[in-house]
Amino acid sequence: MANENPLTELSNAMADAVEKGGTVTVLVNARRRMPASGIVYSSDMILTADHVVEREDDIRLTLPDGETVMAAVAGRDPGNDLALLRLSGASLTAAETAPQPARIGQLALALGRPDSAGIQASLGVVSAAGGPVRTGRGGLLENYLRTDTIPYPGFSGGPLIDTEGRVLGLNTSGLARGVSLTIPVGSAWQVAEILAKNGRVRRGFLGVRSQPVPISATQQEALERDQESGLLLVGIERGEPAEQAGLLVGDILVAIAGQPVSDADELLSRLVGSIVGQPTPVQILRGGQPTLITVTIGERK
Amino acid sequence: MTALFKRTSILDEALASVVQEVQRSLVVIQSGRFGAGAGVIWQSNGLILTNFHVVAHGHAHVILADGREFAARRVLHEPGLDLALLQIDATGLPAASSSDSRLLRVGQLVMALGHPWGQRGMVTTGIISGLGSVQINDARGSIDIIRSDVSLAPGNSGGPLIDASGAVIGINTMVVGGDLGVAIPSHVIAGFTDQILAPHIFQRADSHVTA
Repeated sequence: MANENPLTELSNAMADAVEKGGTVTVLVNARRRMPASGIVYSSDMILTADHVVEREDDIRLTLPDGETVMAAVAGRDPGNDLALLRLSGASLTAAETAPQPARIGQLALALGRPDSAGIQASLGVVSAAGGPVRTGRGGLLENYLRTDTIPYPGFSGGPLIDTEGRVLGLNTSGLARGVSLTIPVGSAWQVAEILAKNGRVRRGFLGVRSQPVPISATQQEALERDQESGLLLVGIERGEPAEQAGLLVGDILVAIAGQPVSDADELLSRLVGSIVGQPTPVQILRGGQPTLITVTIGERK
Repeated sequence: MTALFKRTSILDEALASVVQEVQRSLVVIQSGRFGAGAGVIWQSNGLILTNFHVVAHGHAHVILADGREFAARRVLHEPGLDLALLQIDATGLPAASSSDSRLLRVGQLVMALGHPWGQRGMVTTGIISGLGSVQINDARGSIDIIRSDVSLAPGNSGGPLIDASGAVIGINTMVVGGDLGVAIPSHVIAGFTDQILAPHIFQRADSHVTA
């Protein structure tokens, strides 16, 4: 080809990446306004953003080859803004995921398929990584990425890919008041796995109000570990799991199920999954003494 | 991809030389009471391509990259495509090369040259975001367009969108919704200029002839 230079090589590599990423990016038509995008998670599953799934019936997907198929909701996790859709009568090739977590400064492309005209893309870099962040409805996003790609209308649910066309994460504008965040592929796939199995991510609660407080050196000695803070219980809700188990205002919560809890974010992240509904050892400091109390973790509806 | 670029400075050098080459073909167009627009030398015999809306008044003043200034007359225009062709009395000008926009791919690197907010000869980069069409108000009904994520502003109008080899693939024409740049692709431009010129031959070895 004429005029070959390093720039044209980069240009071709990016177009190749978009082409590859485009084969696992589908149009998701499940809300009244603008359609959105989704990623092929497995041969019959699409992972998308929960907020773009406004109805559970008459969900239509347009596949990269232009075929339109019906899909049903396989599972939803509003807390992390993820939804898994199952389609029937199609066998797709699952997206390839990036082998390493995204690095700040690396080139990244946001993809979307908001209409039938074809794949759309925007170039940028991974600008920042953050987390954990509370998302409302009891959700806690362990980590997220920010990019300077342009979140075009209909890009929510679509992939962020690297220059090899591998998925770095799922883009959504539904978690942070319209600001586009990327859920890293590791976390997104983890949730998708739970959704595929259980249909939902179970989130638990204790029924307490708390605030972080420092733990003195003497108390750390009594705990037999280095833990500089815990959660002072400042309110116990009537009739809820904590009260039923006998937790009291003034107790300092320091661990759940053997895992240290030093702030509210850690508490939320410990209350997710199979622990919900189970009698669970909760370690507290009461009068400076480590004490174990068994609490049956409630489920947040 | 990493293996291709052992030194990223190779990329920088390629980018700078491509941009420098095309900047020779970039012109400033002053017309009417609005600020300056951009244009590109389409043929060495003094034909300049720009947006119709930049020269809607008919008369225009062209400033070349080397500083020379010319009065220009409009020889062809089509408001529906927002394209106009101007003639200045000069020969031996550095015409831009062009490549066939029907071969473009989403994700390809592109650069826009123009004078956003009056800043002369500014270059901005991005990629092709989408290839689609828009409805227009004439017999054609719709025309193909290039969408890019390149940052554009007033003063980019009429300037070229180029590919990584420096060939013109379109003319930047408007800014929709702030972020989205739209360009009229070179194959649509060829259909426009064919009205008065011999069928446009794209100058890259890998492209077709538009007839």
